[in-house]
Amino acid sequence: MVKEHNKILLELKDAGVNRSNRWLIRNITLSVSEGEILTIIGPNGSGKSTTAKIALGILKPDAGSAILHTNKIAYVPQNLAIDWTLPLRVIDFMRLTNKMTFQEIAEALDMTGVAALINKNLRNLSGGEFQRVLLARAIVTKPDLLILDEPVQGVDFTGEIALYDLINQVSSELNCGTILISHDLHFVMSTTDNVICLNGHICCSGTPKTIVQSKEFIDLFGASAAQTLSPYEHDHDHSH
Amino acid sequence: MLLDDFFIRALIVGIGIAIIAGPFGCFVVWKRLSYFGETLAHSSLLGVALGYIFSINISVTVFMISSIVAILLFLLNEKTELASDSLLGLLSHSSLSIGLLVVGYLSYIRFDMMGLLFGDILAVTKIDILIVLVCGGLFIFILSIIWKSLLAGTVNRDIASSENMSPRRSELIYMILLSGIIAISIKIIGILLITGLLIIPAAMARNISNSPIQMILLSIIVGVISVVGGLFTSLTFNTASGPSILVIALILFILSLTPLKRLISGINN
Repeated sequence: MVKEHNKILLELKDAGVNRSNRWLIRNITLSVSEGEILTIIGPNGSGKSTTAKIALGILKPDAGSAILHTNKIAYVPQNLAIDWTLPLRVIDFMRLTNKMTFQEIAEALDMTGVAALINKNLRNLSGGEFQRVLLARAIVTKPDLLILDEPVQGVDFTGEIALYDLINQVSSELNCGTILISHDLHFVMSTTDNVICLNGHICCSGTPKTIVQSKEFIDLFGASAAQTLSPYEHDHDHSH
Repeated sequence: MLLDDFFIRALIVGIGIAIIAGPFGCFVVWKRLSYFGETLAHSSLLGVALGYIFSINISVTVFMISSIVAILLFLLNEKTELASDSLLGLLSHSSLSIGLLVVGYLSYIRFDMMGLLFGDILAVTKIDILIVLVCGGLFIFILSIIWKSLLAGTVNRDIASSENMSPRRSELIYMILLSGIIAISIKIIGILLITGLLIIPAAMARNISNSPIQMILLSIIVGVISVVGGLFTSLTFNTASGPSILVIALILFILSLTPLKRLISGINN
């Protein structure tokens, strides 16, 4: 897929975050355009979520700059723990930051395959259903920029594949820019346009195919990871 | 005139406060701020003392002092490494101590300490009615403006701030409004028991509700029943008004744990 002259939505230039004299991330330069999926991978503690928070404008970079060219952003955070003292149905959750109509909410839920859950209480959802509701909530406003922090956690193997397919489909239907943060490499590789390997700084970046061959990637994730990944092309001929 | 009857005045003020306490109490429960409510209430003793010194309506001075405490807490939370419960303990007990010292110094004034601590329906004046109705209406109006962003920030602050809301600002506004509620409810429920009026109806409502709005409406209903029942108890048995109200609320809470719960959740599903 070649993207041409698409509007740039987000630019980070040499961005860094410093906490207690330690750089959590440093020299992060990246950009996301309309219709592009950018995947950020890296080990635990490599600064993936911090990078997402700069991109979202929740954190201000202590060095460099973060420029957003849109304010239609939607976010799926990692570890969304809802306090159960607050009774919240799916429909209340869908309207959390917007004023969408019932119709629009039903469509978004339908898109992620959980339309039947609209009046269920969030507390009663399974892990996979909850992640689909999170994704539906993020796309209901038809955002320009979608930032997904570990959107498939707690979902089983087949569910993961389905969710990544869904993210891919959603981002092409909305033609939005997507930043996908993940620590599991397999499925990501087949759906993303560009990959950034993060470990406090950007180790390597590029298309999935070039990146699995780079020395930095192999150093970070080990040769076996690169081997298992390089032949993997997502095959839609078989059913899951 | 109707308002000349002290009990009618108490009923009007009490029902007004119960209606205001409903939505604010739900946020106290959702945001786990019950100890914050206690802190504001403790600090209000200093406000009461200042009111006596300068001969101002105590609602005004209590509101000023507890707003200052709320803002201090908000700032300290951002600036220090201490956990918020330690900060609350610090503010709560130091402001209570200052309040007690000032009250002790004011020995020439006869304080109705029991009335301050537990509420006194006999003390409700027409000015109090005016304050509760005007301030209460204003508080609910402001809450309805910040409602969306406050709720979104309660669910997840990161989602709220990345999706064009200002959860921190709404939180500060909410805390100041909570100070205001404490200021206007002292005469009915007393300093020691205000947090109970915020929490118990909301807790009861949580047991049987399915959405935020439903929980707020139910806690208003529970609050009103408790206030009316409590005031009648207080009148009949000559008990302090605050504890009487809370005991009725507690009975309703216990009822919500029993078959009543199944009945109502049966309707919901």
